[in-house]
Amino acid sequence: MIGAKRRQGHRGFFALFEHLDSTIEACKALRGAGYKGFRAYAPLPEHDLLEEGLALKHSPVRVFTLAGGLTGAATGFAFTAWTSMDWPLVTGGKPILSMPAYVVIAFECAILFGALSTVIGLFINAGLPNFRRMVAYHPECSNGSFGVYVTAPHARAETVRELLTGFEPSELREDPEGFDV
Amino acid sequence: MATADLTSRGALPNPDVQKYEDVNRDVLKVLGRPGKGWWVLFSIAAAGVGLFLTSWFYQIYKGLGVSGLNAPVGWGVYITTFVFWVGIAHSGTLISAILFLFRAPWRQAIYRASEAMTVFAVMTAGLFPLIHVGRVWHAYWLVPYPNSRFLWPNFRSPLVWDVFAITTYFTVSAVFFYLGTIPDLAAARDHARGLRKKFYQIISLGWRGTDREWHHFSKAYIYLAALATPLVLSVHSVVSWDFAMAIVPGWHTTIFAPYFVAGAIFSGVGLVITLAVPMRKFFGLEDYLTVKHFEAMAKLCMLTSAIVLYAYLTEFFLAWYSAEPPERGSFWNRAFGHYWWATWIMLTCNGLVPLMLWFKRVRTSISALFAISIFINIGMWFERYVIIVTSLSHEYEPWAWGLYRPSVVEMGILIGSFAWFGFWFLLFTRLLPPVAIAEMKEVVPPPLRRRKEAVQ
Repeated sequence: MIGAKRRQGHRGFFALFEHLDSTIEACKALRGAGYKGFRAYAPLPEHDLLEEGLALKHSPVRVFTLAGGLTGAATGFAFTAWTSMDWPLVTGGKPILSMPAYVVIAFECAILFGALSTVIGLFINAGLPNFRRMVAYHPECSNGSFGVYVTAPHARAETVRELLTGFEPSELREDPEGFDV
Repeated sequence: MATADLTSRGALPNPDVQKYEDVNRDVLKVLGRPGKGWWVLFSIAAAGVGLFLTSWFYQIYKGLGVSGLNAPVGWGVYITTFVFWVGIAHSGTLISAILFLFRAPWRQAIYRASEAMTVFAVMTAGLFPLIHVGRVWHAYWLVPYPNSRFLWPNFRSPLVWDVFAITTYFTVSAVFFYLGTIPDLAAARDHARGLRKKFYQIISLGWRGTDREWHHFSKAYIYLAALATPLVLSVHSVVSWDFAMAIVPGWHTTIFAPYFVAGAIFSGVGLVITLAVPMRKFFGLEDYLTVKHFEAMAKLCMLTSAIVLYAYLTEFFLAWYSAEPPERGSFWNRAFGHYWWATWIMLTCNGLVPLMLWFKRVRTSISALFAISIFINIGMWFERYVIIVTSLSHEYEPWAWGLYRPSVVEMGILIGSFAWFGFWFLLFTRLLPPVAIAEMKEVVPPPLRRRKEAVQ
């Protein structure tokens, strides 16, 4: 475990919500109040929460997929073509560059590279693997509850607490330190 | 606003599962202490792995002569079993990737187990080329690199394509499987204690379920599914070209790729049913793997069985219609020659027995489906045996015909491969959540405050 990144001069609030709609509204309210670096937690990929509550749009992962796939296809073709021309020996009366046969290799390479770079893209964008200490977390978030974690400077701590309490969290935890998550 | 309208989300309403917490409770309890039954099965599997390794080491020590392989039948039980296991793998990717893209409402409950089956089946299949080449210490020659005279492999050969296809398939399906389990491993981590918690902490990669993680995760999952879908169709096509590219009568047909893919899905769904029936019973997952799921799988079997039967009949018809004596002779030999019994087992198990699935009463009876799925497994193994062995034993020149009989070592490895597969699958049911927790929650109505107020 690596230590968590601290946010200087901030306090952390973790609100646990039982209901999906209150979580979405809390996120909207936080966004409306100008908070940016807060995190929502969910036990499932809840699209209403991601799109409506947090206004998340396109994920750059798709660029990784496309780039990986194209690289793979190009590599597959280049590799087979280069190795065939390296020792141009006619076998079976077939052309040295037997493109239809190389399509199979290029296709498999496209899938392989595309898949692996999708995973790399996911890891980079989602910040995984994340072996920092699990500070801003609640184990209920993998079970049946939603969560919101927000940090605020000491001066504004009161406002944040009031804002979160307004959405009736089942639990509101206040940490003396804020963390980057 | 979040809607509770589940049908619009393409989910199968499941009245027995009400809350998110229920899913965690029911699935994670499976990961507890294994019962007696599990240990019994595990010991049998471990003993079978012993048989597998003993047979293989014996063959390595003595040489390939201990198998029944000889001219003209140079491919026998090993390649048959290789194709069988690759085929088994296919339904897992079908259920996890293709049905995901099609938003099929019944895949959530079953896909984790079938995906695990895919990974272990490819792991099993991948051993067979190594067993089959005999001198396994030279197995690295399969890797495409130049030899000592700087000659590269011949990329026009379907056997080289196969190396690429199987390697890619194993890598991608393993990655897809692992990625899908990460959120559930986090759930297991939050549930477990002590050493188990540490274990899940590491393999869940510190997943926390934040918006950022879910956002990229769900996108990455779609792209991986989109990549796995053409992959699964290509892999068994490439495997079929191992045969179809050769000019052996009985192999050299263009129908092979679609015919093999349909057969692969057929056999794979068959094995998913075979595995899911006892799993559901032992682990008390009746609320999750319902009769509806089994009926949907039975329908898939119905469809693919019809395609496979059609392909069998087409092959016979084309052999006759081609007016090629070797082709006609090959198929006559297939149906009425030395291996007639294998052919009729294949036709009965894959063509006739699944016709019973056209009755709804059979499709909704779990025990009937279990019995039929066993027939499918047997029939699909024999299909590959028939294609490989009968064709090779009866090629062009009558003086080059010959028979093949599997040796004890080959049978040991065949039986052992099932144990090897079972060994991993049993470990899987204890270590990883066998039902996808996060995805099952998508079928459960989300907890809404507003609805609660409306009720009050």
